[in-house]
Amino acid sequence: MTDTAAPADTVHLTIDGRELDVPKGLLVIRAAEQLGITIPRFCDHPLLDPVAACRQCLVEVEGQRKPFTACSTTCTDGMVVKTHLTSDVAREGQEGQLEFLLLNHPLDCPQCDKGGECPLQDQTLAHGPGDSRMIDRKRRFTKPVPISAQVALDRERCVLCARCTRFSAEISGDKFIELFERGALEQVAIYEDEPYESYFSGNVVQICPVGALTSTSYRFSARPFDLRSLPGVCNQCSAGCNLRVDVRRGEVQRLLARDNMAVNEMWNCDKGRFGFEYVASAERLRQPVVRDELGSMRPATWLTALRAAAGRIQAAVDAGGPAAVGVLTGGRLTDEDAYAVGRFARDVVGTDNVDFRLRPRTDEERDVLAAVAGTLGPTYDEVEHAPVVVVAGLETEEEVPILHLRLRKAWRKHRQRIVVVGPVIGSLEEIAWRWIQTPAGEESSRLTALASGGDADLSEVTDALDEAGDRGVVLAGERLAHSPGALPAAAELARARGLGFAWVPRRNGARGAVDAGLLPGLLPGGRIAAEPGPVADAWGRLPEQPGLDTRGMLEAAAAGEVRALYLIGIDPVRDFEDPALAQAALERVDTVIVQDLLQNETTRFADVILPATAAQERVGSFTTWEGRRQPFPQAVAPQGLAQQDWDIVRQLARALGSDLGWETANDVRREAAPLMEVAGSALSRLPGAQGGGVVPASPERSGDDAPVSSERPSAGHDAPASSEPSPDSLSHQEAGGAEFPFGVVVVDYLVGDSTMLVGAKALKETARRPAVWVHPADAGRLGLADGAEVAVVGSAGRLVWPVRATSGVLQGCVVLPGNSSGQAPGLLGGSRVRLEPVAGTGGDE
Amino acid sequence: MPEVQVLSQRYSLSDGHTLDGYLRSGGMAGLRVALDMAPADIITLVKDSGLRGRGGAGFPTGVKWGFVPQDTGRPIYLVVNADEGEPGTFKDRELMERDPFMLLEGMAIAARALGCARSFIFIRGEYLWPGIRLEEAIAEAYTDGWLGKDIQGSGFDFDVTLHYAAGAYICGEETALLDALEGRRGQPRLRPPFPAVAGLYACPTVVNNVETIATVPHIIELGAEWFRSMGTEKSPGPKLFCVSGEVVRPGNYEFPMGTPAREIIETACGGMLPDRALKFWAPGGSSTPLLTAEHYDVGMDFESISAAGSLLGTAAMMMFSDRTSVVDAVLNWTRFYEHESCGKCTPCREGTFWLAQILERILDRRGREQDIQILDDLCDNIFGRAFCALGDGATSPIKSSIKYFREEYVQLIEQGRLPDHIEPHAGVVTENSGHHRPHSRPPARAGAHAR
Repeated sequence: MTDTAAPADTVHLTIDGRELDVPKGLLVIRAAEQLGITIPRFCDHPLLDPVAACRQCLVEVEGQRKPFTACSTTCTDGMVVKTHLTSDVAREGQEGQLEFLLLNHPLDCPQCDKGGECPLQDQTLAHGPGDSRMIDRKRRFTKPVPISAQVALDRERCVLCARCTRFSAEISGDKFIELFERGALEQVAIYEDEPYESYFSGNVVQICPVGALTSTSYRFSARPFDLRSLPGVCNQCSAGCNLRVDVRRGEVQRLLARDNMAVNEMWNCDKGRFGFEYVASAERLRQPVVRDELGSMRPATWLTALRAAAGRIQAAVDAGGPAAVGVLTGGRLTDEDAYAVGRFARDVVGTDNVDFRLRPRTDEERDVLAAVAGTLGPTYDEVEHAPVVVVAGLETEEEVPILHLRLRKAWRKHRQRIVVVGPVIGSLEEIAWRWIQTPAGEESSRLTALASGGDADLSEVTDALDEAGDRGVVLAGERLAHSPGALPAAAELARARGLGFAWVPRRNGARGAVDAGLLPGLLPGGRIAAEPGPVADAWGRLPEQPGLDTRGMLEAAAAGEVRALYLIGIDPVRDFEDPALAQAALERVDTVIVQDLLQNETTRFADVILPATAAQERVGSFTTWEGRRQPFPQAVAPQGLAQQDWDIVRQLARALGSDLGWETANDVRREAAPLMEVAGSALSRLPGAQGGGVVPASPERSGDDAPVSSERPSAGHDAPASSEPSPDSLSHQEAGGAEFPFGVVVVDYLVGDSTMLVGAKALKETARRPAVWVHPADAGRLGLADGAEVAVVGSAGRLVWPVRATSGVLQGCVVLPGNSSGQAPGLLGGSRVRLEPVAGTGGDE
Repeated sequence: MPEVQVLSQRYSLSDGHTLDGYLRSGGMAGLRVALDMAPADIITLVKDSGLRGRGGAGFPTGVKWGFVPQDTGRPIYLVVNADEGEPGTFKDRELMERDPFMLLEGMAIAARALGCARSFIFIRGEYLWPGIRLEEAIAEAYTDGWLGKDIQGSGFDFDVTLHYAAGAYICGEETALLDALEGRRGQPRLRPPFPAVAGLYACPTVVNNVETIATVPHIIELGAEWFRSMGTEKSPGPKLFCVSGEVVRPGNYEFPMGTPAREIIETACGGMLPDRALKFWAPGGSSTPLLTAEHYDVGMDFESISAAGSLLGTAAMMMFSDRTSVVDAVLNWTRFYEHESCGKCTPCREGTFWLAQILERILDRRGREQDIQILDDLCDNIFGRAFCALGDGATSPIKSSIKYFREEYVQLIEQGRLPDHIEPHAGVVTENSGHHRPHSRPPARAGAHAR
């Protein structure tokens, strides 16, 4: 394989008369690339297994009577290879294959999306004939046919290279696209009864070497040579995929995955690829709006709006002190914005009431986040090469899809041992090595047991962790904050065993917000308010009293104590776990300043609306879950009068009489970088067991017995062989009271109701159907058919979704869709529910 | 060389296909010997015999067995390739119909040699009658302790599973066969790894032809020297020849390897049909280059046929007279390859599709002068460039027919007609010879994409 670490031994070979040494096992096509020789190819892809189907890469190997395909031939010592540059056999072989590929190709380049960036077109120009010798009839197919709402297939253009099908089988693991039929009628297709359900389908469009697979949202919208391409960084999750932003006449036409082998390799997810339509959406906020004396919203100039906002903030401070102002931010802010907002709240307003966490949060998070802030690593590569990875509170495919692909790769290539701790295994079910099952909210006891060892049930996993040493990694999802003691326990597991530790948030701005200290009591670089260090010198002042978190602020607002809420990129009415509280707070509070991209449910409460730029309309940087800061340039002009968030904050500070000293985003960066970045790893800063930072969990609702580790035999074609026994998975959760027997886990789906997916119609059609995930045994016991509707009843409400029976959920636990159905699970109240069949609904099959 | 009766020794028995009949006529003697032999000695004996694979490639069987690693900790599988799809070939069919126990005995010996406990017979789906015979034989063998646990008290366990193929020619290619047997789409695999190392379910696997395996009991029973007493130095032993076409008595005939084609046809088959002269013939199925009357005296062994410019293949001798159009016959075969190309690689998939169209057009009297050159070029671009041997085979009849009978192509193109003595010679040839096909073919699976 090309990407595995090269063994010490190398082989010496000659290509086109030039000698070189390459690692043993390298393919000839890769070796030639090292010399700058590009052998034509279609089916070859550096990250896919060789298939040698297109036969385009024929080369002559001395001593062999037939030409070899360079894409499937490994270099051997003393091999003498001649490519088309020096060998007639190779050249004629390649020309012959090109002629074959063109015979049935429709040659509709002028109307094909791929025209201008098409390997088949390029290679025909470089090596192909000027005309055809054939007069016979080409193969015809109906076209295009939809593979999914997002991907269209033109079978006539297809060269059957199997890149798309191999991507599905090898990389994304969703084998819903296959080759059917045979001979000249062989074709790519989907199954009649199974949709092409993939979060990664855009990649097959991008790697298609012809125009056979096209994106329905980009079809016919631009010619490649009319596009201006800029580098970008994805703003949809914390994976930090590098993107190519293709712009035509000031509008984003498409986003492509940009190669960065350290981060996203060559892939990205569909949300990141297709979820950009909001940028030019009609629902964008394009100009400042201010509520006038009569209560109506009126468009305003920036000057008026900023003065109004500043006046209202000042009024709140005058009435209740700095603590009467609360600042809430969402997940979309850049690192620079986060720093600017943090300094604005503390230095300009003087309040510590600042929080970026709309999701469930706990106070115990802070020490762990403080340790993580500003550090780098474990990185994608370190995760990939870790012998053991412990995953807790993280549904990788839904939350950070590209991290999911890395784990799949590690499993496929290195048989990585993935250990899932918690009540849900979800999309890791196929690849996980062990699932340490715990009831919802009780992860901490098992994580603590893993840290201390000595638990016979877990000896297999602890042995593996011992063996892995410091190469093992703990991935702790942000959802772990929902589980008492779990995040500190995960951190302690890493600390006690010297493993890499990563806190994996969902949103792209979350890590930058942590680094910038956008939560109460925390300053940039993980400094706590009591020990500000250089922050004290850089800033004019620091808050005197500790601030409130999101819930605290909303409660204080509802009680009239907080008088002004400054909401930046956040929609608490829809997204806060207690929508009623959010609504009450916004109704009660004197001033709501909304700084956002799009209309949402919160904007109607606004007194001042400040329009902000989308990621593609600005400069900045996002920090990945690893802690890798990735800057990006501006790709398009802002819509309307929208401005960059840091700049709005700067001007608001001016209106409040403070000059923060910034003129450009670079000025913010220069000031922020030394404060936000920290040398060393999170591990060295994690609170030690004796330091008191980690409190061993005492679960509130303990089960009657400790959960046990359960074998997860791997399934599938390329699963590592396992001869070990496969005991039935056992679960131990019937506690929790008869009234509400089920513990709740809320998972946000990748493609959900996010405002940043406004306008991405085809993408949203590919969204997974919101459902209540229930263990089949529970579903059976309650008489719930797969697909039937079920009422989820909590102490405060009742919501109805369809059932999805899956063994990826522990018995006694349900997984509810967080953001996909227009119904917030927060309305149920509390974290325990019961399920009631809804009369008159059956299964959907 | 006279006709022999080794593999065909029970063809004349009415009950040779039953266990009783088999045992009464000396069956299981080889297995009885083998059960007392060390596995390595069996492999050595087969190596010494010089037995070469009868499926077409002629690879030495003992050497193939020797490639199987014994220390991987994984099971070793034996797979019998009974997917006899090569046009003109029907030797395995009759062998399985008339003497199924000889195959089972050979399998047990091979399994004993290889350390294999589980084997599969991948039988052509259309082979209903041979399949039934095999099913009956397998059941009888299990009942009487010739298969299953502790065979004949020897402590040797061996299971046989009969698997019916779904009808694709490509599944006769050993790696495509293994994919199909695993339940996948039958397409050839990239090699390496070779099946001997990672075959069925990624375990060490030997794939052997039916006739090859059926030959093994005789070698074990009678020895390598006996085996080498027949045939040539490099192609020893007896061989089944499937003769078809315009001969008086087509059928399977067993001769020592190296017997001249003329002797097989003229003695056993009664020669060509009356008033018909040999014009061209395929020595080993349609995938082997055609030969002509001038090669009638070539010996039917790997080396001699190779020297004559063709391949022994499956030894399916298809004999054609001067009444047959070679272009017509070639189109027939080419349509077969077009239909059976698996679609995986470009040259075979696209090449066979276009070769068939061009040949059809030539026979429809719409040929162009340059078409012969194009046919020849396309064949050159397929041969040795395709993923597996199917593509190579598809070019054989075309290349060889152009080589020997270019005049017939030229006459069709220039004069729009075939030589006068050829039948059928009225009307459009492709219609008369059953080759007509509708010009617009319905796209398959169009409805499968509605969502």
